[in-house]
Amino acid sequence: MIKLTNIRKAYNQGRENEFWALDGINLEIEAQRVTALCGPSGSGKTTLLTIVGCLARPTSGRVHLKERDISGLPERFLTEIRRSTFGFVFQQFNLIKGLSARDNVMLPAYPLGGDWRALHDRAETLLDSLKLGHRRDARVEWLSGGEQQRVAIARAMINDPQVVIADEPTANLDTALSREFLAILENLKEQGKTILLTSHDPLVIESTVVDTVVNLRDGRLVRGA
Amino acid sequence: MKIWIEKQTALIDFTLASLARRKVKNFGLLLVYMLIVFLLASVMLYTSALRREAAQVLKNSPEVIVQRMVAGRHDLIPPGYLERLGRIRGVQKKEGRLWGYYYDAVVKANYTFMVPTAGAVAAGKVADGKIVVGAAVARERGLVPGNLISFRSYSGRQFSFAVADVLPHEAELVSADLLLLSEADYRAFFQIPAGHYTDIALSVANPQEVRNIAAKLAETLPDSRPILREEVLRTYESIFNWREGIVLVLLSGSILAFAIFAWEKASGLSAEEKREIGILKAIGWETGDVLKMKFWEGALISLTAFLLGYIAAYLHVFRFSAALFEPVLKGWAVLYPRFELVPAVDGFQVATLFFFTVFPYTVATIVPIWRAAITDPDAVMRS
Repeated sequence: MIKLTNIRKAYNQGRENEFWALDGINLEIEAQRVTALCGPSGSGKTTLLTIVGCLARPTSGRVHLKERDISGLPERFLTEIRRSTFGFVFQQFNLIKGLSARDNVMLPAYPLGGDWRALHDRAETLLDSLKLGHRRDARVEWLSGGEQQRVAIARAMINDPQVVIADEPTANLDTALSREFLAILENLKEQGKTILLTSHDPLVIESTVVDTVVNLRDGRLVRGA
Repeated sequence: MKIWIEKQTALIDFTLASLARRKVKNFGLLLVYMLIVFLLASVMLYTSALRREAAQVLKNSPEVIVQRMVAGRHDLIPPGYLERLGRIRGVQKKEGRLWGYYYDAVVKANYTFMVPTAGAVAAGKVADGKIVVGAAVARERGLVPGNLISFRSYSGRQFSFAVADVLPHEAELVSADLLLLSEADYRAFFQIPAGHYTDIALSVANPQEVRNIAAKLAETLPDSRPILREEVLRTYESIFNWREGIVLVLLSGSILAFAIFAWEKASGLSAEEKREIGILKAIGWETGDVLKMKFWEGALISLTAFLLGYIAAYLHVFRFSAALFEPVLKGWAVLYPRFELVPAVDGFQVATLFFFTVFPYTVATIVPIWRAAITDPDAVMRS
């Protein structure tokens, strides 16, 4: 579904502190499967996620989404692809404080227009499906870490994306909540979603939900790991 | 079009929810903003209504008034002048007027004594020994029709008059201190012999000819000066403009303070706001969407402040007689006229105020957001 060809990504290019976060990544991410990017801090996992999720462009190399080369598209088109194809669950959840759980879930759909009532109902259905219906009106800062993550998952799903991207999803969760997250992941997989996540949590890497583990170190793929 | 409307509605919905999160801060801003619009709009509405009122009142006054000058001072018109004027072509009607000032030591105020011109509404009510008084005079001296009032003339003689009527409240702006009396009473009171007048009022057949006639007057009667109605109007305009300016200068300190406050609030972007913009971009908002949302935020605050401030100013001026600025804008006097202005809103004035209040604020909100909104969306992944 997503094909990465010789992806390189540099930060501060041309300056003294130039740093290559990714250096020649060739990778194919299969549709409707769970792929985990694994590796130590600074290995390039998050950078790779941002490139796949159209949050950033590679310095060189090609990104193909279903045969379409999206690596050179201007920001407007990348935003459009990001909005319609990807749903994001961030490590710090990145919810907007002061807003209710439901308002947070609805946020990615606002720029699309569409019927507000239908959107509202869709957000509530998603929260119900994640067992969070009773907290829909609560401000997100009043929710527990696990609840906040489920709100973030509901938000990632609001535009019904084909791909869900999760950055270190269990980093802020205890074991019980991490298992709950894996159950949600399984459910998403059953719904036919493609899932790409980064983690160095053995609970995730060794889980049966994960189909493929891709190891990274120093911006390169580690073969045979 | 439907999608566009739905999109804007969604953005406004989010903006309102977003504003509600910082209730105290935004409410405080709204209040200060509203107060400034209220003050500015009050001054503008009040002076413009006063100008209009003065113009309305002067509409029926004579086109030209001739005054005789002696050593640069206004003097009485001697007998024979009226006849000499009649020969100037274009003069439709001429009339000698009798008026003068009188200081009433009882209330420490100056009155204007005047003989009503023939055909004036009040003329029918004035007879020898009977006077008609302005509303402010009646108020100060506690007069009602039927009362008797005495004045000691400049010659030392005591004169008593019966109040026949009180002038209507609507004309108080120009008649507050007026006292109308008969010609015989006037001449006796001020000891002005028959044939003399205070000045002469002229009606001109063709208003386009007013300036030519004024020039002819200056030739025929070199010791007199013609005063044109348009000049009187212009003087009123300048007086109100000047007073408006004084109030605005006094207000400028607070306006400047607000401008700095609003600019700081609107243009300063907190770390939290920057973080939020990053999140919105990461979850699929375009730079334009963020800008539109912030535009709505600025527009909602400034529009609400503008509307509420303007409505409050309208009520202040036309319902409560501009109680805050009355002494400065109406003029200094012992006899303050009490009158209600005719409500009127000048579209150009509204547009000017709108442009100088809503527009800068909205721009001040958008510029820093634009700077924050063009940052890369992946920044949020790294926060």
